[in-house]
Amino acid sequence: MSENTITATDQTFEALIAGDTPVLVDFWAEWCGPCRMIGPIVEEIAVQYKGKLRVAKLNVDENPQTAGTYDVMSIPTLIVYKGGQAKKRIVGARPKHAMLQELAEFIG
Amino acid sequence: MTEHLIIIGSGPAGLTAAVYAARGGLEPLLIEGVGAGGQLMLTTDVENYPGFPDGIMGPEMMELFRKQAGRFGTRFISSDVSRVDFSQRPFQVWVDDERYESKAIIVSTGASARWLDVPGEDKLRGHGVSACATCDGFFFKQKELVVVGGGDSAMEESLFLTKFASKVTVIHRRDEFRASKIMADRVMNHPKITIRWNSAVTEVIGSTSVTGVRLVDTVTGKTEEYPTEGLFVAIGHTPNTQLFDGQLELDAKGYLRTFTGTATSVPGVFGAGDVVDSTYRQAVTAAGMGCEAAIDAERWLESQE
Repeated sequence: MSENTITATDQTFEALIAGDTPVLVDFWAEWCGPCRMIGPIVEEIAVQYKGKLRVAKLNVDENPQTAGTYDVMSIPTLIVYKGGQAKKRIVGARPKHAMLQELAEFIG
Repeated sequence: MTEHLIIIGSGPAGLTAAVYAARGGLEPLLIEGVGAGGQLMLTTDVENYPGFPDGIMGPEMMELFRKQAGRFGTRFISSDVSRVDFSQRPFQVWVDDERYESKAIIVSTGASARWLDVPGEDKLRGHGVSACATCDGFFFKQKELVVVGGGDSAMEESLFLTKFASKVTVIHRRDEFRASKIMADRVMNHPKITIRWNSAVTEVIGSTSVTGVRLVDTVTGKTEEYPTEGLFVAIGHTPNTQLFDGQLELDAKGYLRTFTGTATSVPGVFGAGDVVDSTYRQAVTAAGMGCEAAIDAERWLESQE
């Protein structure tokens, strides 16, 4: 994966989301077309908001437990965590400007 | 800088137009949109595109199309067009806040899946309601699902979902499928698939995730609650023409109207693929129209010199 995003796993997930810096997690899979569509957008957001927002990707195929814990039943799903809590959920692909609007409270 | 040709949309129509236009030296600018690759990105096996005797995965096929367009100098922008102005020359196209100008335009923005528009559907989207079996089927291992629709995409989704689900019920409002015979036969003969003819979904039931759907019998009008953990909607498509409303002539169903060849109501703007075609809607027909649009655009540009 890229150096701008963190690869999240079932094992590392709790520790990853525990901090006070918001963490945006992209739940995705290789076989999901729309996930591939938003991949580059998530990447751009990671670069653009470095320091404000940590960006991680979780492959649901390899990490079914975390996807189950957070009731992810459709991908792509993006969830923002802060202090270990899920604060915001975005289901489905959308353009970058729409994504940024949804994330405004965390990156403003 | 004024472009010769901007292509809006990156399914088989847009990418084929790009291959032809790029080979013709027009250096097209292709605005892919966030739905880059189009509906084929949501499909699995494509078995009916000539030249792939063993079938090919939809997303993989679109990678190949894109690579071929890029090889001849197509430039790509991966954002969505936010606004167009076709009333002035050169034509104006905005991507977010960035403005582009072009002498000719090809519109190949395709179509998007339609939703049922019934109570509960929107609230439970991502919690058991889906329009993309290839994306979400995975989350329904050993669960019972329903698929709504009677066309080829409903058949394809149902068959794909049998890989995960314990049982798939296809709900269709008529007493026969409009899908191709080969796909309909596969569905009707599948041991995991049950078919509910003459039925329509009027409500999706569930508080935090789907627990059932309300069905109405389209003949008797009788309603019942049908338990299910997931609902996949495959009832057809709406053309992506919102951007062009008021600027290009649309038909009664919202599809872009074309006149001679691929020409739209505005000279210099051409249309190709599912955005103009409610009849065939195939990758190969879209690609064919993309080729036509590129040739039409090229000839039109020459005639303007």
